[in-house]
Amino acid sequence: MLTSMLIFALTLLGALPLALPIAFGRMSKHAPLRMLMQVYISFMRGTPLMLQLLVVYFGPWFILKIPLSNGYRFYAAIIAFVLNYAAYFAEIYRAGIESIPRGQYEAAEVLGYSQGQTFWRIIFPQMVKRILPPVTNEVITLVKDTSLAFSIGVMEMFTMAKQISSAEKSMTALVAAAAFYYVFNAIVAWAMNRFERRLAYYR
Amino acid sequence: MNVLEIESLQKSFDGREVLKDISVSVAEGEVVAVIGPSGSGKSTLLRCATLLETMDGGALRYLGRSAAAPGKDGKTVYADAQTLKEIRSSFGLVFQSFHLFPHYSVLKNIIDAPMCVQKRSREEATKAAMALLSKMGLADRADAYPYQLSGGEQQRVSIARALAMGPKMLFFDEPTSALDPELTGDILRVIQSLAREKMTMLIVTHEMAFARSVADRVIFMAGGVIVEQGRPEDVIDNPQNERTRAFLKKLER
Repeated sequence: MLTSMLIFALTLLGALPLALPIAFGRMSKHAPLRMLMQVYISFMRGTPLMLQLLVVYFGPWFILKIPLSNGYRFYAAIIAFVLNYAAYFAEIYRAGIESIPRGQYEAAEVLGYSQGQTFWRIIFPQMVKRILPPVTNEVITLVKDTSLAFSIGVMEMFTMAKQISSAEKSMTALVAAAAFYYVFNAIVAWAMNRFERRLAYYR
Repeated sequence: MNVLEIESLQKSFDGREVLKDISVSVAEGEVVAVIGPSGSGKSTLLRCATLLETMDGGALRYLGRSAAAPGKDGKTVYADAQTLKEIRSSFGLVFQSFHLFPHYSVLKNIIDAPMCVQKRSREEATKAAMALLSKMGLADRADAYPYQLSGGEQQRVSIARALAMGPKMLFFDEPTSALDPELTGDILRVIQSLAREKMTMLIVTHEMAFARSVADRVIFMAGGVIVEQGRPEDVIDNPQNERTRAFLKKLER
């Protein structure tokens, strides 16, 4: 249970900030950078997360002949999750940033705000408010996706529930796992809803 | 002394010439109204003057200081970023659709730029902002958010926001076009009181009554050129040029 929650928390901690430079790259005037980010996002969204987990975990061995260690399993899972979710978040950020009216940038420019000030003081707060619903969707999907870590043998919730269930020849462990995911997601949805209401002070 | 000097401004969009050799000077304390049919280039002129749009040809100066001048090949070359930043602080712009920051309260909209661009203290910025708000008749709305205000109130806040930076000159881009007709009077009164305080202003507008009652000089633009300019009573009531006459006649109907 702890492992699942740790994968969840570390993925958000890594992917939410990482998505910002990816979104900027995706919107860059510099064509090679923009294309690179486009390809990155398209790969991350176009291939199964489970396959990405396997590539990150086994890649060092297959490509560089670096022996696999047991400790690397967990890190491989985190790396794959962060890389994958950052791609999705980047597209959400991009949509959010592009939905801010041109006039907000122009008002800030005429008032003398630097580009950094314009983004962090004017654009970013408005972007966060707009992207909260799609981000909530992704976060909820992430709770369930943590179970995919079983594919590279990380002992998370789902892996254990499966083992216990087959050892005891009973559904109980699986039902318990279902309850865990459901309650976890209910808490996530509640927290995100509260956050949304906190930002409802303006339109 | 001229606050603003524009010389031989040329601007094209995708090969279509929008401004053809426009020269405009605005003296200190002068109020200039720019009128003309849509597509005449008057908004582009204002956007070039406020550095929101780059000029293709010509020169731009504020208080004698060059923001842009023709280079060797005749194309306009802009000053360095630091100079432009300083020049930007000498003027303010009021937009047609206000462009207030929706996530900031009225007060924060006004004090944020003085604090984070001009590095003034919160106390000082707040004091100045409250004085501006009372002048606009909005002292009791300091804690409201823009969405809670009427269009006329929002526009007055955006004028206060521009004034809080202590500009030498104010630009208005059709300041009443997004407002209900009964609210344009509020804005007109604010601009008139600024004119009495000798604020230098350039106002792009569709409202002839507005131009007549506040402007020292009216510029009529059409097809990217200045067709006619002069005192409002001459240009609006007794236009010499055929195109000016046709435009004003259309408005009457």
